[in-house]
Amino acid sequence: MSAPAAALTALREKFPRVTERASADHPAADVPAEELLAVLRCLRDEHGYDLLADLTAVDWAEGASPRFTVIYHLLSTATPGYLRLATACAGDTEPAAPSVTGLWPAANWHEREAYDMFGIRFTGHPDLRRILMWDGYPHHPLRKEFPLAGVETPLPDPEIVAETGAKAIAAPMAGGPFVASPGEMKMTEAEPRAKDESWNEAKDKPE
Amino acid sequence: MVTANNELAYNSKIEGDVIVTRADAVINWIRTNSMWPMPMGLACCAIELMATASSRFDIARFGAEVMRFSPRQSDCMIVAGTVTYKMATAVRRIYDQMAEPKWVIAMGACASSGGMYRSYATLQGVDRIVPVDVYVSGCPPRPEALLDALMRLQTKVKRERSAEKLLSA
Repeated sequence: MSAPAAALTALREKFPRVTERASADHPAADVPAEELLAVLRCLRDEHGYDLLADLTAVDWAEGASPRFTVIYHLLSTATPGYLRLATACAGDTEPAAPSVTGLWPAANWHEREAYDMFGIRFTGHPDLRRILMWDGYPHHPLRKEFPLAGVETPLPDPEIVAETGAKAIAAPMAGGPFVASPGEMKMTEAEPRAKDESWNEAKDKPE
Repeated sequence: MVTANNELAYNSKIEGDVIVTRADAVINWIRTNSMWPMPMGLACCAIELMATASSRFDIARFGAEVMRFSPRQSDCMIVAGTVTYKMATAVRRIYDQMAEPKWVIAMGACASSGGMYRSYATLQGVDRIVPVDVYVSGCPPRPEALLDALMRLQTKVKRERSAEKLLSA
């Protein structure tokens, strides 16, 4: 048995509510949100998972319940191996999960990113602000209902807006997204710009 | 005591030391050959911008080798890379801080039109926030393309009626 799988077995004996999670690569487990901090602390202190390699989230789309899942990728530098833990967020419209910044300071920015992109509130986070989009941006772009092109939004700086009249717009998709596999269609015709009727040499760029 | 120069006729003593020209030509000649760039390096185009500045391509041949990281000292902003909406306001602010006369080169697909980033986070062309003089195609453009853009900008500046603008300013 590999080191992560052994750690997982020992963990499930200690925490019976931890269940195994289907995974194509590393051993993975589902953890209930109430036990998350205790489980992660046990893994860090007793099994040597001292490095939080990644913290991200999944949106299972509107209608699913639980809708949001937070994923933790742990790495043990003592006995090399990855472990993946997942926990369902409480609340489907305003999801929340416990913050693990107390266990790994590295979680700070990861949780800010998950908050920015998915709107998951991490309770106990010392400074939960947006990290990629600007403060005051009204949406969470990686949620399933949010279009890739974006939605029209005013820019944050009123001086610049007064000067230029610029705003964040829904990007012209121009026939895209660019999904073409060789042989199916002519690549020159599949190129989004070739199909762009809204904005070319003859017609001005739409505002 | 200051003596007034009251020579009215041609002075053969200074022959060869005087050039007669138009003010526009002189001002534009000075401006085109010392166009200090503001390197607005935001993505991979900035790597090509650095290559352009280095010895192989040598932007110094065109008097534009002095990359000024202060907008107060630069004439030409080279927007090299993807401009996100979050960065867009900063780009405009830096442009506002540059002293007149000032020009802008949009280097590469992203700066010119948003490029492949048709997304919620990317400004769809830097010309939405600053007036662009020259667009450079490419992803990223080769250094030669940037040099070509610089030369085109110099050609453009040479056509400007600078003296008139200075007097009316």
